[in-house]
Parts: sequence; structure tokens; C-alpha cells
Amino acid sequence: MAPWLENLIVIVSLACAFGLLRLGSKNERWQRAWKFFKRDRIGIVAGIGIAIYLLVGTLDLLEISPSKSILDWVLGDAIGLRDEPTKSSYSAPFAKTTFDISNPAPLQLPGRHPMGTTQLGKDTFVQAIKGSSTALVLGGLTSLIYLPLSIFLGIAAGYFRGWVDDAVQYLYSTIASIPDILLLISMLMVMQKGLGTMSLALATTGWVGLCRLLRGETMRLNERQFVAAARSLGQSHFNIIARHLLPNVMHLVLINFVLGFSAIVLAESILSYLGVGTPIGTASWGQMIDGARGELGREPLVWWDVTAASVALFGLVLSLNLFADSLRRAFDARR
Amino acid sequence: MTSYIIRRLLYCVPILFGVMLITFVLFFIVQPPRARARAILGEKATPQQIDDWLHKHEYDKPLPKLFVSQTWKLVTFNFGLSDKTNRPIAKTFIDGAVPSLCLTVPAFIAGFFMAVGASLYLVLIRYSALDRFGVFVCVALMSIPPMVYMFIGQSALALHFAYFPAYGFEIRGFSTAKFLLLPVALIVVMHFGYDVRMYRTIFLEEITQDYVRTAFSKGVSQLRVLFVHVLKNGMISLITLVVTSLPALIMGSILVENFFGIPGLGNALVHAIQTGDAAMVNALVYLGALLYLGSLLLTDILYAVADPRIRLS
Repeated sequence: MAPWLENLIVIVSLACAFGLLRLGSKNERWQRAWKFFKRDRIGIVAGIGIAIYLLVGTLDLLEISPSKSILDWVLGDAIGLRDEPTKSSYSAPFAKTTFDISNPAPLQLPGRHPMGTTQLGKDTFVQAIKGSSTALVLGGLTSLIYLPLSIFLGIAAGYFRGWVDDAVQYLYSTIASIPDILLLISMLMVMQKGLGTMSLALATTGWVGLCRLLRGETMRLNERQFVAAARSLGQSHFNIIARHLLPNVMHLVLINFVLGFSAIVLAESILSYLGVGTPIGTASWGQMIDGARGELGREPLVWWDVTAASVALFGLVLSLNLFADSLRRAFDARR
Repeated sequence: MTSYIIRRLLYCVPILFGVMLITFVLFFIVQPPRARARAILGEKATPQQIDDWLHKHEYDKPLPKLFVSQTWKLVTFNFGLSDKTNRPIAKTFIDGAVPSLCLTVPAFIAGFFMAVGASLYLVLIRYSALDRFGVFVCVALMSIPPMVYMFIGQSALALHFAYFPAYGFEIRGFSTAKFLLLPVALIVVMHFGYDVRMYRTIFLEEITQDYVRTAFSKGVSQLRVLFVHVLKNGMISLITLVVTSLPALIMGSILVENFFGIPGLGNALVHAIQTGDAAMVNALVYLGALLYLGSLLLTDILYAVADPRIRLS
């Protein structure tokens, strides 16, 4: 794909996400939650953390040329964190030579790697930062598949009941009866490796929880007077769902989206470790952690790759989890 | 009760059929047997060799017939031969079950009691600074990828300080415990954050109930209310959570078994992934679904035991 087309896709999808948030902010319940959320310091800090990862990931997705992103330019040319030109071996943080006890070779960029280098001489710090773009793509694609699916099926099952409900319930109980990890592994084993197939697999296991939740919530709302009023005024099914039900369950979707994102990032690292994750060579945290199998067996051990990747992953997942907690508190009607 | 259980078992039939359909689509249509044979036998295999292999594993039938024979294999627990090693899959399961149970059962029991104790303590000091800090620690614990626990456990506790053996397994009385202590502890730690946080939410829900206020106003001590009244009533929600976390327990043991070289089912799964052994994964998926459905049934029976108000009929 041409770089400009990829950039366009990234920008358009981000714009859509922000547009949806703007749309949500018109909702009265969301405004009440925002008033509460503003005073939640942990939530704000976590939100800023997520925003930083989002910014870094987006900068890495926006390309200047086919092999160079804006992030590469910022880190490489503006700050000066470059990969070793000779594809030499590991080097420790701020080391002047390669990581070799018997005959260390001098580095071409001595003391310029704050987190050392990988086996191929790539700057570990840069690699760990670039992992956020892979996480962003994977989380975004997966959410794009599973959110519409669970909203559609969940609300349809809760609103129409009858055979629709039976069919949806059968579908999700069948998928839920296979432990997630086993279904993920079997799907990924038979499909080609790549971010697309991985998103598909993660979405297949991911839609069940939200669908179940939305079905229950829709059934509960269906009993309320405002829905009965809309129905007796002769509103169409579409109108009732779009005007009365959907706005009242969107906060659940938002919370689930944030929590789901953190689960996706963690799942990527586990699946990559098991050997069915992202393709080898992807700049993902899972691949870097997987590399630790060999690195931690070495003597003296190479600890910086796995540490950098784990810290980067931990930062994002922790922010997402804390943010989801704060959101849940803010939307809680009982306070 | 008996009629209820029979009805529940009958509900499982269409779901198990769905599971078999899913695995059949994945392992025989998305990846046709011929492609699988080529992947196992290598690029240089002649068409004759591939046909022989397909015949030996009974994959050389038209799709509808193949589905019937595969379903029959799973239903009768006669899983056939492994794609890669040609060993009977059922034998691998029987051999792997004991080490797996040695690992997961102690981890499950120890983890459950520790998480219940910790969460009740957090409820005891609810909404204090320490409680908030405890919840934060729980969230942090569940945000760490499980591999990191294993790396730290093995390289620090086993290799650097040599408190534990770093790798291996044998079933021989006390020495088994020696090999299991570190993996069991790691599984407990992996699930600790998530469990404590969930249990705390459940108990906080209970504490707003009227019976708790009544107990307090009668002068029952804080500790007794928590560990007797609240714990008993929270059991219902707790059982649901514990049972739905059973698949996660299997997952934890997949990573740990493979990392510490314990020859259990999780390890068999990882080997099957690495060698592209689809027949093995197929059988494991079926087994996993069976275990899950069985534990759901167990939940309902446990409900009736834990709460006399619930009658199964």
C-alpha cells in the first residue's frame, strides 16, 4: 500500500474515534460521569498515560516514506537514538562495546543506547517504544470487528427475544464453552500469521462477554417506562433501538472497550510467547518477551530487552485497567 | 435433582455439537488435510507418501463422511493418532493428567484461600488509604504479563539463590513437592491480583445488605460479621467466579508447565502448537469444552449446596 493511503486510513479512523467520543459527550449520563471523573486523579493520570501511548503509536503509523515513520524521524534524526549500523550483537545499556566477554568489539555509536541493543544491533529503547503501534493496530482492528458484532447481536437478542435470542444465546454459549486460549490457538494455527488474522481470532473470543452484558441490559431497559412510552407512540423498532436503547448502553461499551484493549495487549504477548502470535520480526512487545527465552539462558544474562518490553507493555495495560476502573466508578449510578 | 441434571446434560449436546463443528471447520476446511500432511511431512514428500499418511490417519474421506468419523472419534474418546508422533492421543492425555493435576489443584486451593483472606481484609479496612493502595497493587499485579513472573521466579529464586530446582519434574513422594513449589507459587501469584479484586467487589456488595446492618446493630464483632455472615452469603457469587476462572487456570498452567518442563496437558499443548499437530489440538479443544461444561454443571449443584433457598428442579 502507498504510504499516503496508509496515513489516510490512520487519520480517518482516529477522526472517527474522536467523532464517536464527541457524539457520546452529548449524552446526559456521560456529562454527569465526566463531572465525577474530573475529580478522579488516578483516572486522569491513567488517561494521560493512554494518550501518550496513543500519540506515540500514531506517530509510528504515520509514514514519511515506505520504511520510515514520523516516530523514526523524531527518535533517530531529532534525538539521535539510532540502530547500530553494523548488525552487531547485543550491547548493554550505555555500553561502549558489544556484549561479548571473550572479544568485545567497539560499537559505532558508543554510549548512545539507553536500553542497550537487541541481537541484531537494533536500539532496544526504540524497539520498545515502537511496540505501541503494533498494540494500537491490533487493539483497534479487534475492537472494530467485535464491538459492532456484540452491540448488534446483544441488543437484537435482548430486544426481539424469541428465536433471535435463542440463536444468539446458542452461538455465544458454544463459543464460551471452549476456553479462550484453546480457541485462539486453534484459529491461529490454521490461519496465516499476521495482524489481521490475529485480530479476527481475538474478536471471535472477545465478543461474547460484551454481548451477554448488552443482552441483559437491553432486557432490563425494555421493561422501563420510557421504552413502553416510545412503543405506544408507535415508534419503529429501529427508532426505539437507536434513540432509546443504544444511548443508554453505550457507557457499558466504552468501559468494555477499554478493558478489552488491555486484554488484547496481554493476549498478544502470551500468544507470541506460545508461538502463534504476531509474525516473527514484528516490532511487538510479545515478540521481544518471547526473545527472552534465549536471552535469560545466557551467561551473563541479557536482561534489557525483556525488561524494556515488559515495562512498556505494563505501562499501557496498567493505564487501561486503571482508566476502566475510574470510568466504571464515574458511570456508577448508585453513588 | 436427578431430572434436573439429566436435563442439563441434554442441553450440553447441541453445544458440544457446535464445538465439534467449529473445530472441524478450522482443522479440515480452513486447513485441508492435504495441506496438513504437507506441513507435517515436509516439502519433499511425494504424493504417494502424502496419500499413505492421509490413509493411515483416516483423513482420506469426503468431507461429510470425515465429519461423521471425526465426531464419532471424539464422542467415544477414541482420539486416534497424533499427527506428528503417531502416538495415541488418549495415552498422552492419561499420562499428562496426573502432573497437570499435581500442579493445578494445589495452586487452585492455595490461591483461593489466600485471595479470599486478602479480599476480606481489604473489605475490613474498606475505603481507607491502605485499601485503595491494595486495590492498586492488585491492578498492577494483573497488568504484568504472566511470562515475566516466570522469568523472575526462575532466574532469581531458582538460579540465583538456588532455593528451588529450576526445571524438571518427577513423581516420587517428597521430591515432587520440591519441584512443584515454585510453579505452584507462581500460578498463585499470577491470578492473585485479579481474584482479590473480584472477590473484594463481591464482598463490598454484600456489606450493604440489610442483614449486615442487623448483625452490626446486634453487636456482632466486625470480624465475625465478615468471616461468618458475609463470607457465607458471598459464596454464591464466589462460586460463579471461581468456576468461570477454571479455564484461566488451565491457561496459567499451559505457560508454567512448558516453562518448568512439567509433562502435563499444558506442555502437550505447547508441543502440539510447535510441531503443528492439529489432531492433538483438536482433541484438547474438545476436552477443554467438556471440562468447562462439566464445571458449569458443578456450579449449579454447588449453588444448591451453598444456598438452601435454591432448589434444583
